[in-house]
Amino acid sequence: MEMSAMSYQNEIFGGLLIGVASAIPLLYEGRIAGVSGYAASAMRPSSSDGRTGLLLVLGLMIGGLLWRLTGAEGSIQATSQGLGTWALAGLLVGWGSRMGGGCTSGHGVCGLGRLSPRSLVSVLIFMGIAVVTNLLLRGVA
Amino acid sequence: MKTLIYLVSGVIFGVGLSLSGMIDPVKVKDFLSVGTPDWNPALLFVLGSAVLVYLMAFFYLRRRRKTLSGSPFKHPAPRPVDRKLVLGSIVFGTGWGIAGICPGPALVNVAFLDLNIAVFILTMFTGFEIQRRFS
Repeated sequence: MEMSAMSYQNEIFGGLLIGVASAIPLLYEGRIAGVSGYAASAMRPSSSDGRTGLLLVLGLMIGGLLWRLTGAEGSIQATSQGLGTWALAGLLVGWGSRMGGGCTSGHGVCGLGRLSPRSLVSVLIFMGIAVVTNLLLRGVA
Repeated sequence: MKTLIYLVSGVIFGVGLSLSGMIDPVKVKDFLSVGTPDWNPALLFVLGSAVLVYLMAFFYLRRRRKTLSGSPFKHPAPRPVDRKLVLGSIVFGTGWGIAGICPGPALVNVAFLDLNIAVFILTMFTGFEIQRRFS
C-alpha cells in the first residue's frame, strides 16, 4: 500500500483543480453551483445566471480541447454501449440531477465541501445506485 | 471580469476532470465495480482532494463574511431531505451507473467529437428541460 499516494497523483492533482474551479465562483460572488446547475441555466442565456452558465460550459469544452491537444485520446470509443443506451443514460442523468438539485460536482464537491447534510444523503444514494446499476449491467453483459 | 471568472473556472474544471480520469467512462465503471476484481478506488482521491479545496474556500468565506467581489456572503440555510432529493439522486445514479459519465465529463468530451457523447448531451439537456417543465 506504500505506492498509493504516488500512483494516484493524477487523481489527486486533477481533484485539486476541480476543487479550485468549483471554489472560484464561490469566492468571487458566493455562487454555489455544480455543472448540472450551470449547464441547465445555460439554456436560458438571456438571464445573468444563464450567461455565466454558458461561459462555464464553454470553458469545460475548451478544457477538453486543451487536454486533447496534449495528445490525449478519447475514451468514449472504448465503451461497448450502443447509441440507445447513451440516449437513455443522458436522459436519466439530466432529469435526475435537476430533480435532486445536483450532480457529482454540485452535491459531491460543493455540497460535501460546505458540509451539507442533504448533499451527503444525495451522494450516498447516487453512488450506491450507480454501483448497483453498474454491477447489474456487468452481470447481464 | 465576471466573464473571465466563469470562463477560466470552466477551463480549469475541464482540465481537472480530464487529468483526474473522470472523463473516462471505463475508469468510472471500474470505480463503480465494488466487490469485483476490476474495482479501482482511484476516483475517491479525486473527490477527496476536490472537497478539501472547496472546504478551505468555504471556511475562509464564512470567516471573512464577504465575497471577493464585495457582496456579503450568505450561506444558504440547510434544507431538509425531501422526496425530490431522494428520487432525483436515484434517477441520476442510475444514469451515471449505465454510462459512467456525468454532466461535467460529458461536456469535456465534446472536444473528442464522438456521436455517443453528442446523443448523451442532447438527451441530458432534454432531461433538464423535462424537470424544469414538470416540477
